[in-house]
Amino acid sequence: MTSAMIRRQVWPGMTCLLFGLVAAAVVRAGEIAPADKRSDFSLMSRETQAMQDDDMANPGMLFVLDGETLWNRKDGGEGRSCADCHGDAGASMKGVAARYPAYEVALARPIDLEQRINRCRDSHQRATPFAWESTELLALTAFVARQSRGVAIAEPDDKLKPFIAAGREIFERRQGQLALSCSQCHDDNWGRRLAGAIIPQGHPTGYPLYRLEWQSLGSLQRRLRNCMFGMRAEPYSYGAPEQVELELYLMWRARGLATDSPAVRP
Amino acid sequence: MDHRRLRGATRRGFLAGAGRLAGGLGAAQLITVGPAAATPAAMAAAIRYVVGEAEVRDGKVSIEAPPLVENGNSVSITVAVDSPMTPADHVASIYIFNEKNPQPNVANFHFGPRAGRASISTRIRLADSQKVLAIAKLSDGSFWSASADLIVTIAACVEGT
Amino acid sequence: MAQALINVPFKARRGEIIEIKTLISHVMETGYRRSNSGEPIPRDIINAFVCTYNGDVVFRAELFPAIAANPFMSFFTVATESGVITLSWTDDKGATEVRTAKITVE
Repeated sequence: MTSAMIRRQVWPGMTCLLFGLVAAAVVRAGEIAPADKRSDFSLMSRETQAMQDDDMANPGMLFVLDGETLWNRKDGGEGRSCADCHGDAGASMKGVAARYPAYEVALARPIDLEQRINRCRDSHQRATPFAWESTELLALTAFVARQSRGVAIAEPDDKLKPFIAAGREIFERRQGQLALSCSQCHDDNWGRRLAGAIIPQGHPTGYPLYRLEWQSLGSLQRRLRNCMFGMRAEPYSYGAPEQVELELYLMWRARGLATDSPAVRP
Repeated sequence: MDHRRLRGATRRGFLAGAGRLAGGLGAAQLITVGPAAATPAAMAAAIRYVVGEAEVRDGKVSIEAPPLVENGNSVSITVAVDSPMTPADHVASIYIFNEKNPQPNVANFHFGPRAGRASISTRIRLADSQKVLAIAKLSDGSFWSASADLIVTIAACVEGT
Repeated sequence: MAQALINVPFKARRGEIIEIKTLISHVMETGYRRSNSGEPIPRDIINAFVCTYNGDVVFRAELFPAIAANPFMSFFTVATESGVITLSWTDDKGATEVRTAKITVE
């Protein structure tokens, strides 16, 4: 790819950044220094932070309320609700979102929270799993994730190490038409601006979150697909093992930060 | 991203073109083309509809909005009017207008002495960097206004799927 | 969809200016978007909002497509007496939703 082709295909503001990155191609992008690691909430504008902080003004909370209704609704061939097994979500679900994706013994690989919810529906309620990004799945995931607000993201199990490594490889790999890796923006250039927007560190502490661009709540998998599309790379399908490995790596990378779902982001 | 106007080689239009030429990422429609969009003239007409031939004076009204907007889909804005809000002297209405969205009106809010405070906070959509104008109508029939110039940037990662 | 989040204080002193916050679940479809196949998506917004206090209108709004999805409004009213604050909104199809909140004023 000649430098002339790169110039024609990139956002004007990125041209200088890209030349610098291309020149530094052989240097391995590093982790964020522990002292610098913080939630992307801190990089948001005052207005966005205010929207997130006020449960009466946070549009994500509309989904959480719907999720609470779904939690209590009897469903499927078993005629059971989530509450019938799990009781009060405030107690039983506290800390859950902070340790997902988690290892699923039956599959010998990690699954994320959305997949966990659907597996429960299938095996314990004999109910049809919810579609990816459906209002129901988003609402129920948001309701469960909300119960972990303030809980620090846990150190993952040893069994997850190979999957974290797989996710890290994807994160650090140059891909797509711009030969760009996630790491080049989110490890090396966080805090700087890309086309007017601040580049966040990319921690998934607030998912599922209300994204102003979507004007709706959305999952981390949706956001990853957006990112890869924006990078001019082929996005992974919903539920693909690579998506879960990436989610897992991002959670490992964010370990120690507190969960703050449902977050609000531009 | 719904409300961006395609006007010449905008950044968003540039990306859509590059995507299709490359051919690999599907034919997702990134841009929506609105109708012949609002212009300062359309905003002036919308204002005249409310104000008639009366004079609109600068003052009493304040607009609080971020000068650099993170996302044009949702811009937090607060419009307040300096008024004692008594039955004899209060704000009857606040009208909010914009310059470059497809339509010049944003919202009309109606108050009275029972409001206590003439202040409204809401979230609006802005299609492009533009001027937002607020006009207050007082109980004595006079009109006062304030405006704010807001810069709207696009999200760095365009959603196509 | 949970239709709305309403924030009205339970109690207030007589004459106190109270803040009312409403967050309504609604897509506020502008009518300017097109689907992926090019079909225009019809406009569908909440176009009117009214707040009454023991039956008296204390705040009214006309909304246009430039109001963001999941419309949020925060406004003020004077706590005059105990009673019921009613919030209602109407969409383009003419459907109206109503929410009420009791307030005790001492």
